[in-house]
Amino acid sequence: MPKPSPKKTPMREQDPKVRAHNFEEVPYGYTPEEAVEEAKRCLACKKPGCVQGCPVNINIPGFIGQIALGNFWEAMKIMKQTNTLPAICGRVCPQESQCEGQCVLGKKNEPVAVGNLERFIADWEAKQSECVMCEMKPATGKKVAVVGAGPAGLTVASDCAKMGHSVTMFEALHKPGGVLVYGIPEFRLPKTIVEREVSFVTSMGVKLELNHVVGKLKSVDELLNEFDAVFVGTGAGQPSFMGIPGENSLGIYSANEYLTRSNLMKAYLFPKYDTPIVRGKRVVTVGGGNVAMDSARTALRLGADKSILVYRRSREEMPARSAEVHHAEQEGIEFNLLTNPIRYIADDKGWVKAVECLRMELGESDASGRRRPVPVKGSEFQIPVDTVVVAIGNSPNPLIPQTTPGLETAKHGNVVADPKTGRTSKKGVFAGGDIVTGAATVILAMGAGRLAANSIDEYLKTGQW
Amino acid sequence: MLSAGIKRFELDAAEIARKAQPGQFVVLRVNEEGERIPLTVADTMPDKGILVIVFQEAGKSTKLLGTLNEGDSILDLIGPLGRPSHIEKFGTVVCVGGGVGTPEILPVARALRQAGNKVISIIGFRNKDLILMADEMRAVSDELIVATDDGSNGNKGFVTDMLNQVIARGEKIAHVFAVGPVIMMKMVSKVTEPHKIPTVVSLNPIMLDATGMCGVCRVEVGGETKLACVDGPEFDGHKVDFDLLMARLRTYLPEEKQSLEMFESAHAKGGCCGGKGACR
Repeated sequence: MPKPSPKKTPMREQDPKVRAHNFEEVPYGYTPEEAVEEAKRCLACKKPGCVQGCPVNINIPGFIGQIALGNFWEAMKIMKQTNTLPAICGRVCPQESQCEGQCVLGKKNEPVAVGNLERFIADWEAKQSECVMCEMKPATGKKVAVVGAGPAGLTVASDCAKMGHSVTMFEALHKPGGVLVYGIPEFRLPKTIVEREVSFVTSMGVKLELNHVVGKLKSVDELLNEFDAVFVGTGAGQPSFMGIPGENSLGIYSANEYLTRSNLMKAYLFPKYDTPIVRGKRVVTVGGGNVAMDSARTALRLGADKSILVYRRSREEMPARSAEVHHAEQEGIEFNLLTNPIRYIADDKGWVKAVECLRMELGESDASGRRRPVPVKGSEFQIPVDTVVVAIGNSPNPLIPQTTPGLETAKHGNVVADPKTGRTSKKGVFAGGDIVTGAATVILAMGAGRLAANSIDEYLKTGQW
Repeated sequence: MLSAGIKRFELDAAEIARKAQPGQFVVLRVNEEGERIPLTVADTMPDKGILVIVFQEAGKSTKLLGTLNEGDSILDLIGPLGRPSHIEKFGTVVCVGGGVGTPEILPVARALRQAGNKVISIIGFRNKDLILMADEMRAVSDELIVATDDGSNGNKGFVTDMLNQVIARGEKIAHVFAVGPVIMMKMVSKVTEPHKIPTVVSLNPIMLDATGMCGVCRVEVGGETKLACVDGPEFDGHKVDFDLLMARLRTYLPEEKQSLEMFESAHAKGGCCGGKGACR
């Protein structure tokens, strides 16, 4: 067998100069030939680290082995045993710190491009006339309510449906997908892909109730009268602000608002779509995560001359996926690292016109293991702007904790749930995803959903809490 | 049609109608391209499964909504949202409604009356042709004062003038509730503040998801930032920064103008599609 190539098979992408002005997806995906070539790099380890690195333990060598043989249909069957949302995961998972981070090849060379292959196989299936169906167990007669149709909820819903339970998903917004539709932009995750993956879940018999705000229309207690178990996956939907002077000036958005306008409401197509968005010429985005990258890149596509990222730590501490940081740089996002806003200055009509910042330096490590940024005295300077996007994180949505007596919450309003089972302090109620952990990743929410579905199944069988 | 540009719709929404309480609102979307429009619940008929909204045709989205006829449907309806009004027996209360705020104060006045309060209602309009829901307000009030800015109904003055007169009578007023244009709620709060009369106002900032997710509806109350959609929409009028609210409501004026002009010119060409969105 020839030695595997030291580098990943590259994926073709839209030219950065062109794509910075459109909302079409950046990478084009592998051709079948490229996928087979990449799959052949896999050593099919006996003890695959990649599987352990995956929060939902996909049989990675299994599906890659089938791709290498050209058996794409078989590859997809293996994929769907553990992951019903592969087109999404292949695009948005932080592979470098999960599957690919554990790949043996990665010790000396580049790891196998697991994410690219996952994406390939899912996109290949979408082009076929039929799709791989999951094996469904006979109906149990038990009813499960899933609150929130985001990554955690979709996973619980599909897993519970496969186990034979009757599942209803309740979604507050007018479209299913949670952060996949309101948060992640079209150029990173096309909405047709989310629609396809959601329709796969509903094709398994999962009922979907849109525009239903649990906690307002029905409470969790009312759901417990109708359903045998309730899963709460309502996410980290409440935006954090810094609480600095001038933050309520006009032109200052939370990333949630900015991205929801552009993605869910399609404000980038205004006036064809009715929801407007400010098309700033000088946009500052505050933060260093995926959401910050998404916001800064959206600003460019909305026509900004300058899209500037302001982050208080250094490049190394940025929590964003490395591919997103790389794409952002290619597109010309200006990185202002070790910089922290301290106040906003508005004009006489209340519109933001400048951000005053302080330079930072890294001090001792903090609780997260990252070095704490410390202000440099006297380093104040101003960046002229017309639009600001605050992307410094989200806290749990309080609607359900506020309206569910007996549901224990932690300090920041997160729902307390057993990390192995998703069980909460309230009988019959499970929780997982960002509502439990605080803002994290799509795949971690799916992992929590997988564990919760298994323990819901056990609870429904035994009745034991 | 209640008066020029103001319409009342009965929506078939049994679940929401059963749950909605005075002071709460709904969000609706007319069609796929449409905005999420927040509207206060004006009334409910739970036994018939009907939810009533009253709206002023102001911009493109409300005009589009206004093109719908009986039997048409809207794409999305979400609710009830926001916290209900705090209703208890206060004693004598004054309910102030300005313009299209009148239908919104109606359920609050009714609930206050049912809770055993003496309800004095003051409603104000620019002229007598714009007077809305006076009979309905009279039915739930111990006393109703209707004022017009130009005096065309025989009682000239702003709602604040009427409120000052009521206060001057010397009766102890335990609470004031006000719904209407921001400037009206600001002036009402200014009238009651020196008399230390607790005053509740219902705020109408720009909203998007209206479930606490986006933060666009942030308002400052007593120096603290609050979200009107989940912490409100009712707040202590003596603590609200009304000027900030008015400024933030102007965020999208150019876009609103552009949308409206496009909509009206499509209408002028006879291209209207009865609210299906095709006339664009």
